[in-house]
Amino acid sequence: MPLLRIRGLTHFFGGLRAVHDFNLDQEPGELIGIIGPNGAGKTTVFNLITGVYRPTEGEIFFNGHNLVGKRPDQIVSLGIARTFQTIRLFKNLSVLDNVRIAHFARTRYEVPAAMFRMPNYLREEAEVRERALELLDLMGLADQAEWVASSLPYGLQRRLEIARALACEPRLLLLDEPAAGMNPGEIAELMELIRWIRQQFDLTIILIEHQMRVVMGICERIKVLDFGETIAEGTPAEIQSNPRVIEAYLGEEAI
Amino acid sequence: MQGLIQQVLNALQLGSVYALIALGYTMVYGIITLINFAHGDIFMVSTYVAFFVGTAVISRALHLPGIVVFILTMLATMFATALLAVLIERFAYKPLRQAPRVSAVITALGVGLFLENFTLATIGPDPRFLPKFFPVVTFTWSGVAFSNIQIIIIAVSAVVMLLLDTIVRRTMVGMAMRAVSWDKFTAPLMGVPVDRIISITFALGASIAAIGGMLFGMVYTIDPYMGIRIGWWAFISAVVGGIGNIRGAMLGGFILGFVEIFTPVILPASTYRDFVAFSLLLVLLVFRPYGILGRPVAQKV
Repeated sequence: MPLLRIRGLTHFFGGLRAVHDFNLDQEPGELIGIIGPNGAGKTTVFNLITGVYRPTEGEIFFNGHNLVGKRPDQIVSLGIARTFQTIRLFKNLSVLDNVRIAHFARTRYEVPAAMFRMPNYLREEAEVRERALELLDLMGLADQAEWVASSLPYGLQRRLEIARALACEPRLLLLDEPAAGMNPGEIAELMELIRWIRQQFDLTIILIEHQMRVVMGICERIKVLDFGETIAEGTPAEIQSNPRVIEAYLGEEAI
Repeated sequence: MQGLIQQVLNALQLGSVYALIALGYTMVYGIITLINFAHGDIFMVSTYVAFFVGTAVISRALHLPGIVVFILTMLATMFATALLAVLIERFAYKPLRQAPRVSAVITALGVGLFLENFTLATIGPDPRFLPKFFPVVTFTWSGVAFSNIQIIIIAVSAVVMLLLDTIVRRTMVGMAMRAVSWDKFTAPLMGVPVDRIISITFALGASIAAIGGMLFGMVYTIDPYMGIRIGWWAFISAVVGGIGNIRGAMLGGFILGFVEIFTPVILPASTYRDFVAFSLLLVLLVFRPYGILGRPVAQKV
């Protein structure tokens, strides 16, 4: 049974059809890439899965739960986490706190417990802190734990975004152009990182990416969107030789 | 010299109350950029809650020690006031969250007027005294007179401010509040329930105002219009300190406490105090519009 099952997903912004009849069956552990020109509706698909928008039509089932109509924080608790195309860290918080915040949904104590420093509060805070530090260590960010997030260099900010998403303890991770703005050396490191977290955290991943090297290098299956329509689907090799894809990317003249 | 120390004590006492109320303005502004003009009247309602609960507890259980009655009354007042603020947020402000800010501000003014007139209509305009929780004991120490009530007010306020500062800076809830205030789009995508955090912020701000209300009522009379007068002073405190900044609100509260107490000492009449307070606000808005501890905010595009 697929972990994520999307049927007939369609979304309008006013009169603009951003996504039309998007379908997906993703098995646990699979790494699927979504590519397409700017404005093809890729990020909209992520926003629909994570509950930022409510789809105009269609169904999204994750692990047996219907996601349509659920709030974003409820969807996170079900096991879906994401990163963002433009970095959206809490830049006013420390690196450590950016990761701690992702544990919020799973802490149980209430405000009065914090005010009176009750044992359950102290225990939970200590646990969260320890696990956040552990994760930062795994992600190579331990030395910067107390830095304010905005002071990190760009590459590490990207890495922290992934760490923060992992701290949500997802089964499905949505990566939105993680290689944007990276140089070739950083891109190679990123590909290695994605492969590694996938193993380490037993993840199912959807990756939106413009860098063909990344998509072709690590995805098992690729979907191509253009103006909200799915124009192609297949293995990296199939996609590279698909004439409709070449047309969408290079324009008709090029053929 | 004794006179000066005396006035400093008075200023600290009044400043604590302003600071406690200013915190509510600043926290709500910090999280949803709304100036909650009903906050002063929420403070006023809290003093009436303290009045009724305190009177009821004292009349039923004369044998309880004063400190127990005081704590019971305070907890009940905090709870009731927090509930009121959460309901106001849920029914008056939440439906306007996507609306232009000015709609919500006007609604807040309306809610304030409603609370004021509701109190006026049901309880009446007469000033009242809170029941005495403790006998007033006055100490004299090298010529300076101070009462146990004064010490309680300053001490309780200090403890509350320290606690709040710890909550906001160190706990998950405080972190969630800062995250929501920074980016309402991303916070829920990291599992932070934004609506609940906003409710908690209103509840915290109101229960702190309730503590301020009870402390205030132990020294001064209460009436349905006090929410405007005290509320404005607390609001100026929040702006002077830097609205949205918690330590700023505390600092601003004490500055305004000193302005109020020292104006009649330096200028010929106490009627100048509003003039001084608002002048301070205007001068500050010209030279440092983001307040003493606030930071200039770049408009997010």
